[in-house]
Order: sequence, then structure tokens, then C-alpha cells
Amino acid sequence: MLKTKRKLGLIVNPIAGMGGRVGLKGTDGESTVQKAMELGALSVSPDRTVEALKVIACSDNDIDLVTYPSDMGEEESRRLGLKPTVIGTIERNHTTAHDTKKAARDMLKSRVDLVLFAGGDGTARDICEAIAQNVPALGIPAGVKIHSGVFAVNPRKAGELALNFLQGQAPLHEAEVMDIDEDAFRRNRVSARLYGYLRVPYEKQLVQDVKSGSFDTMDERRSQEAIAAHVVDRMDSKYYYVLGPGTTVKAIADKLGIGKTLLGVDVVRGGKVVAKDLNEKQLLRLLEGNRAKLILSPIGGQGFVLGRGNQQISPDVIRRIGKSNITIVATLSKLSSIGLGRPLLVDTGEPEVDKMLSGYMRVVTGYNEEIMLEIST
Amino acid sequence: MPVHHYIPNSVPEIKREMLKEIGVKNAEEIFAVIPEGIKCKRRLRLPHSSPEHEVKKAIETILSRNKTCNEVTSFLGAGCWPHYVPAVCDEVNSRSEFLTAYTGEVYSDLGRYQALFEFQSMIGDLVAMDAVSFPLYDWATAASDAGRMALIITGRREILVPRTMSPERLSVIRACCGDSAVIRQVDYNAGSGQLDLEDLEKKISSKTAAVYLENPSYLGFIETAGDDVSDIAHKHGALSIVGVEPLSLGMLTPPGEYGADIVCGEGQPLGMHMSFGGALLGFLAFHDDLKFVSATGHRLVSLAATKREGEFGFAYVLPERTMFAAREKTATITGTASVLWAITAAVYMSLLGPSGLRKLAQVIMQRCYYAAKLLSCIKGLKAPIFSSPHFEEFTVNFGNRKVHDVNSALLKQGIQGGKDLSYEFPELGNSALYCVTEVHAKEDIERLATILDGVVE
Amino acid sequence: MKAEEAHAYRAVTWNEPIIYALGRKGRQGFAIPEVEKDVKKAAGLALTYVPEKMLRKEIELPELSEPEVVRHFLRLSQETFGVDSGINVGVGTCTMKYNPKINEMLARSSKAIDIHPLQDAECVQGILELMYKLKGWLCEISGMDDLSFQPRGGAHAVFTNACIIKAYHKLINEQEERDEIITTVLSHPCNGGSPAVAGFKIITLYPNPETGIPSIEALKAAVSKHTAGLMITNPYDTGVFDINIEEYVKTIHEVGGLVAIDQANANCVLGRLRIGDSGVDLCHFNLHKTFSTPHGSCGPGSAPILVKEELSQFLPVPTVEFDGHRYYLDYDRPNSIGKVGEFYGVVPNVIRAYAWIMSVGGEGLEEVSETAVVNNNYLIKKLLKIRGVSLPWGELSPLRMHEVRLSLEKMKQDTGIGIEDVNRRIVDFGIQRCFTSHEPWIVKEPFTPEPTEACTKEDLDRFAEVFRQISDEAYANPEMIREAPHNCSISKVDLSPSTDPKKWAMTWRAYVRKHR
Repeated sequence: MLKTKRKLGLIVNPIAGMGGRVGLKGTDGESTVQKAMELGALSVSPDRTVEALKVIACSDNDIDLVTYPSDMGEEESRRLGLKPTVIGTIERNHTTAHDTKKAARDMLKSRVDLVLFAGGDGTARDICEAIAQNVPALGIPAGVKIHSGVFAVNPRKAGELALNFLQGQAPLHEAEVMDIDEDAFRRNRVSARLYGYLRVPYEKQLVQDVKSGSFDTMDERRSQEAIAAHVVDRMDSKYYYVLGPGTTVKAIADKLGIGKTLLGVDVVRGGKVVAKDLNEKQLLRLLEGNRAKLILSPIGGQGFVLGRGNQQISPDVIRRIGKSNITIVATLSKLSSIGLGRPLLVDTGEPEVDKMLSGYMRVVTGYNEEIMLEIST
Repeated sequence: MPVHHYIPNSVPEIKREMLKEIGVKNAEEIFAVIPEGIKCKRRLRLPHSSPEHEVKKAIETILSRNKTCNEVTSFLGAGCWPHYVPAVCDEVNSRSEFLTAYTGEVYSDLGRYQALFEFQSMIGDLVAMDAVSFPLYDWATAASDAGRMALIITGRREILVPRTMSPERLSVIRACCGDSAVIRQVDYNAGSGQLDLEDLEKKISSKTAAVYLENPSYLGFIETAGDDVSDIAHKHGALSIVGVEPLSLGMLTPPGEYGADIVCGEGQPLGMHMSFGGALLGFLAFHDDLKFVSATGHRLVSLAATKREGEFGFAYVLPERTMFAAREKTATITGTASVLWAITAAVYMSLLGPSGLRKLAQVIMQRCYYAAKLLSCIKGLKAPIFSSPHFEEFTVNFGNRKVHDVNSALLKQGIQGGKDLSYEFPELGNSALYCVTEVHAKEDIERLATILDGVVE
Repeated sequence: MKAEEAHAYRAVTWNEPIIYALGRKGRQGFAIPEVEKDVKKAAGLALTYVPEKMLRKEIELPELSEPEVVRHFLRLSQETFGVDSGINVGVGTCTMKYNPKINEMLARSSKAIDIHPLQDAECVQGILELMYKLKGWLCEISGMDDLSFQPRGGAHAVFTNACIIKAYHKLINEQEERDEIITTVLSHPCNGGSPAVAGFKIITLYPNPETGIPSIEALKAAVSKHTAGLMITNPYDTGVFDINIEEYVKTIHEVGGLVAIDQANANCVLGRLRIGDSGVDLCHFNLHKTFSTPHGSCGPGSAPILVKEELSQFLPVPTVEFDGHRYYLDYDRPNSIGKVGEFYGVVPNVIRAYAWIMSVGGEGLEEVSETAVVNNNYLIKKLLKIRGVSLPWGELSPLRMHEVRLSLEKMKQDTGIGIEDVNRRIVDFGIQRCFTSHEPWIVKEPFTPEPTEACTKEDLDRFAEVFRQISDEAYANPEMIREAPHNCSISKVDLSPSTDPKKWAMTWRAYVRKHR
């Protein structure tokens, strides 16, 4: 039996989550961290990390643990009696985003099989910036802001999923890294931006899956291809198609043989690109007097189909297109990371439009396969 | 309601104890969830409970109205054939462990997984293919699954089948492949019955997913140009599917050696009693190749090691492919099919071994040939209709005598004549399909010839 | 039964080699009778008509004598765990009830097995009568009008019903439009898979998180002029009865669709609910579940479909009919969907089911369903007292029908031990492992017991006791469970061949080619 030693890279953002307990929303920026510490905030992510690592420590698997010094992973590992390989250096007393990115890049260089990180959306963004999709990653939730789909549901699950993946038992899918406009957030307005994607392991049995046991993004890609074929077969050249962000919607463009911005809203018609990466104003101008359909996919770990990562599709745009012309697409692995059967959410900013969208809608999950999900606010 | 011997907890005292533990007064409280409107309004109109000896007597009385093939000499085949079943076969499939097990894991059920693997292995050797699937319902559904595999592998929609194939199987393939496949028939050579290769060349195209051949043919003759058929299929990028009666492979070259990509067939002759057509065993074998494996949704059992040195167990190949994990994406409608028969077939093949199977095939062919020879001597009869060599079955033409009338006359003499082919193959006139195997003694065959001689005069 | 005695079980362990490693060249287990001299003389040339290329060179098969074959398979049977072997109450959805032995005697009698399906009707009146009468009984039990025995298993039956739905819409000229089937994710996977094979588009409803059944709003949003029908299992494998059934039927009929119910779980409604009475148009039974025919190590089963009168014309041919004097096979059905399998179905199981119904009788069916649900709810009460076990949707409804889906999620969270580990450990006690769930696992760490009416109270107590012991182990000494099984015929299997084409081997020849 294959017994090549698997390498796990561990990065802890020790200040993630500190803001939450003392009523702050996130710990980005040095001034906020100062404030948090003044308010007596305690570090949350180290404990969460230990919880996750416990699962791995208790297994009889031979896994090489690679981590960064002191509270970026070394301390947490030693607390469990693990003997990690410590790489890199930290210059300052408390760590910053710079350190997270450096650590991630060093992990990539060390050829780890998985980067397990503890933190929040901000940490995820840093990891993503450093490694993109070059190596799989998984988040231990320890931040206040968790809108990204790259986190396990709790620390213990993160440990299990990491272990499963290293044992070759968990497939990968692409999950969104979201980040929120911090200032807006602190003023009680939620406005999430789609930042990028990471390849993240997921639990097989919670999901119906396609074919081949190859533990790769192949599984999810096949689903996306099937969804794309389903949508393309029904396309009508008389309509403009407004394509939202995300990898599943991009698969539709791939099927048509055209390019698409991964993070933005594009418009196509008759199988050809009309315009790319439009904002609300541009969209409204384009839709003037034209029939259009909208294709959306849930973004992030909470299942928002409108209101996070695609705010260009404003209430006006939605009203212009009309509910019956909206198609939602999502792979089952995506839906399972949100919670299979759970409602999808909308937050357009206008309660009337939200209400119009509420109720059950079809979600395309494969070729000639749809499920009914509730859309709720 | 008195206590029933199949229901241990029907004893009122026991039930009371249990209801108390549940915390309800009576079972009606549990059934309260069923909407009143749809509950039964009346007692079911069924007989009262009967003790065992009454059940036995009643059913035996009804069954006594059957005249078995021990009481009537039957020459019927056509998808269900009479063969001698060794006592060991029934001994093993009566073992209550095999009989009453279902889908336990390999730890508790090692025996049935191993028996199944041995069945797969022996079928693999018999047809010369390396991958064999979980047992299926019957030849017809196995052929449908083979067709669907070809559609998936090639991405094409057309399947070419011989005009001489079993009409029942064709009906099933049409129903099971439905709108996803276009099924077209290829003509046969009027003299030999063989698949008309010219017509095949004419009909095959880049739209063809597979060419399906039955060997021996439904009409009993051996298709001798299987290699040419496979070549033609492959030349056009199509797959070659061959359906077989496995006993013929005791002496005939297996399809795996003449270019078949997928082999299917009927395992009933491998130790199953005819049972009014109710004991069928479909099997499916194909190249041990990821492309083929991915195209089938059946469970596939593989040999595997365990954590103990030198020990072995079993595991399922790519379990995500199956219905149980992939729901709508699967290409099969087979679930609980026929494992007990697969185990029986493994026993049968173990008992006969290579020399037994070879000998049996020869004996069948010899008896079949003898019968055809005797019948062909009868004035007005032509047997067989086709000039090719035959195995186990052959066609008989009765000139201007209707098969129905011939069979009625035969039955009065305690003989069940062959299957009437006049509706399925009107171009063959008044013809029937006669089956002769190792169970037909010389006297049976000669008696048939004598009586037929009298009947057609 | 004391807990200490639990460790007394040890499975038979023969380390029996694969049969290819047994026997010796030249041995034979069966003698083929010689042909007579005259036959040999006349037919001698028969073989020479076969072209050389079609004559087989050799067959590589094991060569064993009869006693060797008997011993080998007897040993394998001893390493198999059936209903007769021990407790199977954990094996839900399969309805592992007792398989009466008188049924075996009758189904294996010469009058039952030595008949050919194409024999003249005169010669097979007996078997036709049994088929006809069982048809009548099953129609009476389900409130339906007509039946076909042709489908062999549940997936086959659901497929056949999907074909009938298709044929129905074709006849009324709406087939083009009617291309969608609605199902629910907690129905058996074939309720989506089989109609997909029949060419339908599938729309799946998910259960409401509080109730465990879909909401009517979801169904109403899913129906349209494209709806051909609804195909679901009721009650679900979770043991929850879908009380919306009447509303579903109304909604589907209103848009012109048909409703088909998978009655694999009919064991809890026998004598209490005739599904036809609720307006349902098609259904099927699993004789190897509800009607006591044995599971046969996974087949043969039997899954007759039943339909309302107006759909009778579409049934597969032939059907068994009676003209007042004689029983006969009716092929004169021009609107039939054709055939879905060769001949008529799993006839030996018709005999077994008939015998079982005779034995329990009409009133006995009510006893069956009552005892089945009492057994199940008693077991639930006991299992819920065990640490780590929880009942999904339990707050709203603590009772279930004949089976129940429970969850070990709490145990998994607390100890890291989940259902797959527990299943490998429970077999150490001489108890069959639990059925988990079809995928996707809507319920996390699921297990689905189904006692049936045929187990004893002692079985249930023992099962609960062993489960409690395993739970204690999970919290105190999980290593014991992780490395299980310890008392079975083999140890933990290395699953790597599952996904590696270079390693897997479905035949001995493939194994030799790849590994030797």
C-alpha cells in the first residue's frame, strides 16, 4: 500500500478573531489590533488550531508537519506533542498579513500537499494572494468574518477533512475567497467582494458525485460541464445573457468557447461576448430595451446568490430582467459546503426585490437535473 | 389476533411491555401520523391465516396441475434451456447463509464476496475478458446495459443488431435504451443465417456506437465470422458487443478472442432450473480499462489486500459510479438481481471444470446434430433451415403444416414441440425452434422423429 | 444476555484460498454422460463443420473433485452472515425478515422448477393460477387494479413505471412536453436514476430541516406543464411518513401528471393503508422485502408493479389472465410498453410470497405492520438512551414507522468515531452491520435500523446493549473501534484498489496479470 509521507503546511494567524469578542468587526489594520488588545481581547485562533490538530495528532498516520515559528504554528503544534519542521522567520512581535503571505509562499516552496490555515476572510485572502490554486488549502474558522467558502464548518471538522484529504479520501473543489469592505462593515453595512479562489477539500458522502474516483477538481469540473451543457442547450440567441461571477458560470462560457472574467459580470449573446466586467450602470445601459436572462451561482460559504460578490447585479438590474428569466446554477459539492437543502440567500439591498425573489426556485445541478431550493433573505 | 409463529413479539404480554417502554397506550398512536382520509376503511379481503400443512397442501394441489418436463418431453429452448443440474448446485444455494444474506460488508460476508469473485473470474476465463460486473437480471438487460455503455464510450447513438436476434431481447433493449439509442437491424444470409457482412458494411457509419452479435444465434446456428464483424465495427470506431450462451464456450472460441469489447449473456444453463423462466442470470464482461469501467454504473467487486500479511478481502471499484452514489448519472437499472444464481454458476463451473465443459458442449452439439439429421429425413420437413453448424438449437420448417397444429398433435403424445417462429420470423414460413441438449436421450429424439413423421403425413 | 458474553462471538475463519489455487489437473466434479453409439456415429462429423478458428484451444478453469467443491463453498457459506445467522435489525430499508422454510420446499419442488416458460398453457395451469391469484392479492393489499411480475428488482420496477408514464403521455399526445419527473432526495436513488435512464429530466425536492419531508410549496413551485409525474418512496427510508401525500397527488393530477409510489417500505402499512386509495396511479412492491422471499446474497428478488385500470393497457407483455375456465398468458396488448425483461419475472418468488400471505392471512398482515412499528419504536427508545446517538427531526416527531434513520454525529464530534467505524466493530459481536444511508447523507453519520416484525424483543435488547457497549468504547477506548474488526474472518481491508486501475482486479486472470 502506498505510504509516501504526506506533508501538511500549517499557518496560524494569531490575531484573527480577536476583534469579535470585544465587539470589533475584524482585526485588519494595526489600529484595530491595538484597540482590540486594549479592550483585553484574547487570541482565539491558537486554541482553534489545537482543536483541529488534535484530530491529526491522534491518528496513526505518518504526516510531516511544516509550520512557521512561535504563534504562527510552532507553539500550537508543540502543545500537542507534535514535532513540526519549522521554517521561515518572523521579524516583529505581532504578526501581520505580510507574514501570512510569506509563510504561504514558503509552504508552496516546501511542496506541502495541503496548507491548513487558521483565521478569517482576511487570512484567506492573504493565503490566496500567495498561493492561488497552486496547492490545496483549507481554513480553520477563527475569524469574525467568515464569508468565504474555504473554511470547514468548525475546527474539528477542519482537522478531519485535512486528514481525509491527506489519506486520499477527500476530493477537491474550487471555493470562493471573499472579503468585505472593512470600513463599510464597521458602519454596519455588509458588502462582500469576491476576491479569488482556492482549491479546497470537501466531504464526499455529503454530496452526490459524478464519476471517477480521481481526487481532483475533476469531480466538480465534470458536474460543471454537465451544468454548462444543460444551460447552453437551452440558450436562445434572441436574449442577452448576463453571466454572474464564479467557476460554475465560467464553465458555461468555456462550453461556448469564449472567455469570461472569473470574478466579474459579463454579458454574452448568440454565443459571443458582448461586454466584460460590467458595473451596474453599464449593465442597465446594455439592457435598455433588450430581452435578457440572468445566470447566477451562490458565492461564498453562506449561500448568497445575490448580495455578496455580485452587487453589480443591483435591484434595478434584477427588476429589468425579471424573476422568470433568472437561472441559478450550482454543483452539489458547492451546495453541500453551504448545507444541502438549506435555503439560498439574497440581500440585494432592497427588501421589495428580496421579497420578489423569495420562495422556491429551480437550481440546475447537472444535465437535465435540477433541485428545488428555497430562496430566502 | 392469535400469536403467529413468524412474529415472536406478537405475544400480547411482550407487546404490552414494549408499548410501555415506548410510552404509548397502543400501536394506533404510532399510526396516527397516517392521514385518516387514506387509512384502510375495511379489512383486506384475503384468506385467513393458515397453518403450515394447509399452506403446503393448497399450493402443492395447485402446482400439481403443472406437467413438468419430466412428464412431457420438451424440446423448448429460446432463452431458457433444459440442462441437468448437479445436486451440489442446489445443495450450495440452499445454504441458508447464502440464501438469507443481503448486502453486508466484506467483514461479515467474506464468503459471498469470495464466491462472487470466483464467479466473475470463471466467467472472465470462459469469455476471455478481464473485467466482469456484478450479476444482472438476464441476458436482455445485460445487453441493454452493454449498449448503453457503448453509447457513453463512443458518444454516438446508433446500435446495429442482427435481424436474427431474439425478438424478446430486442424488445427489452428497445424499452431499456429508449430514446437514447437508435436501433437498426442488419440482414442475414438466407442460406447460412450468418450476419450479412455486406449489409453490415452498408449500414455502419460514424454514427454507430456498437455492433451487437448473438453467438450462437437465437436461431441456433454458430456465427463463424465474429472476427470480421469486430473488425468492421472497429474500423468505423464502433464497439463490438457479443451475447453468448455460456455452455457453447466449452468448445467455441470465446468472444474476447475474436475482438469483442463487451460480452454479455445468460447464465441460466450454469446450474439453474428452468423455473418457468424465473431463474435467469445476466452477466456482463468488458475490457479492464478505465474508459469501460467509468461507463458502467454497476457494482464491481475487486480482490484487495487486508492489513494482515497474506490475507485477502474485497472492495468495490470506484463506488461513486454506482446508483447508490450517483443517482441520475448512472447508466443502469440493476439493483438486487441474481447473486445467488452467480454463486450457483460458480459451483457449476467448478464441478464441470474445463474438461467437463468441453465434453458437455460436444455432447450437446452431437445430440443436436443427431436430432436435426433424423428430422431432416422426414418428408416435408427441413431441419435445420440454415446450412451453418448449430449448437443446442436448430430451426425446423414444416412446409405447409402450421406449427400450432403440429405442436397440438405432439402434445397429445406427451411431447412439447419447439417454439413457434411464424410470428417472429414470417419469412421462414411455418417454422419452429427446437432445442436438444444433454438431457435428451437417443430414445427421446427417436420418439420425436417417429411421432413427427406420423403427424406431418 | 450479559454484556460479558458479547465477546464470545468469533466468526468462522477458514482463510479459504481462491478456488483457482485449489484442485489438481485432471480432477473433475461431475461426469458428463456419454452419447450413445448411434448418435456418436451419426454426429461424429458435427464438430468438423465448425471452422478451425471457432474451435476453442483451451479453457483455464479450476479442476476439482465433487467433495472439494462442496467443502470450498460450504466454508464460504459459513463465512457469510444471513438473516438466519444472527441479528440483522440494523439493516434498514432491506426489511430483513424471516424467510420461512416451507416456502423453500414449495418453490424448489419439481412441479415448480421443471417447467419451461413456453410450454403449452395446458401444461402450466398450476403456476399460472398462482401468479394470477397472487396478482389479485397484491392488488387487494395495495388498492390497485392490475399488475405485472416482470420487473426483478426495485430499480427495474421504478424504470418500468417510468416507461408506463411515458407511454401514457405519448398516447394522449403530450409526450414532447411532459419530460420532467419530480422526486425527493430521501427516496431510493433509483426513483431519480431509473426515470433518468428512461429519458426524463429529474427535479429533486429536499426535505424541510424541521419536518424531514419536503414542503408543499416546493412541489407547487416545481410542477408545470412539463411535469410527467412524481416518483417517490413513502414512507421514506428515514422512517418518516410523508403526510403530504394527498396534497402531492392533488397537485400532480391538477397539472395532468401521474404519481408513482415506491413501496419498498410497505412493511409498516400492510393492512392499514392501501396506497391506491390515496389516488396514486402506479406503485411497486419488493417481494424480497415485504413479502418474505429471501434476499439470496443480493438477488434474485422480485418487484411487481401495480397500476390503476386506465394504465393497465401499458403493462409489459404478457400478463396472466383467467377467462373463467383457464389461465393464460395475454400477449394481445397493443399499447404495452413491450418487455423489460425476458419471460415473466421471478416466478419462484411468486410461490414464496403466495405461501407467506397464506400463512399470515389477511388479519396477519395487520399484525405484521403493527409489530414492525412497535419493534422499531421500542428500539428507538432504547438507542436514544445511548451517548452519542440522536434522532433527526426528533423534536417535532419522536415516533417513526418501521425503520428509523438515527445519527452518530454527536459521537463523531465528541470522539472522532463515526458510523463507518461502528459498523466495523458491531460485526465483532455477531451482529450484522447497520445500513447507513443512500447518498447524499442528508443526515450526518447516519444509520438506519429496521427490526421488522420477525425479530425477538431479546434481539432488540441485545442490539441496544451492544450498541451501548460500543458507544462506551468510543468515548473511552476508541482505538479498539478504529482497528476493528477483531473477531471476523478478515481484518481491515486496504481500499486502495478501489480507485487504482493498476491495482484493481475483478477476475483472477486480471489479478495474475497485474500482480504476479
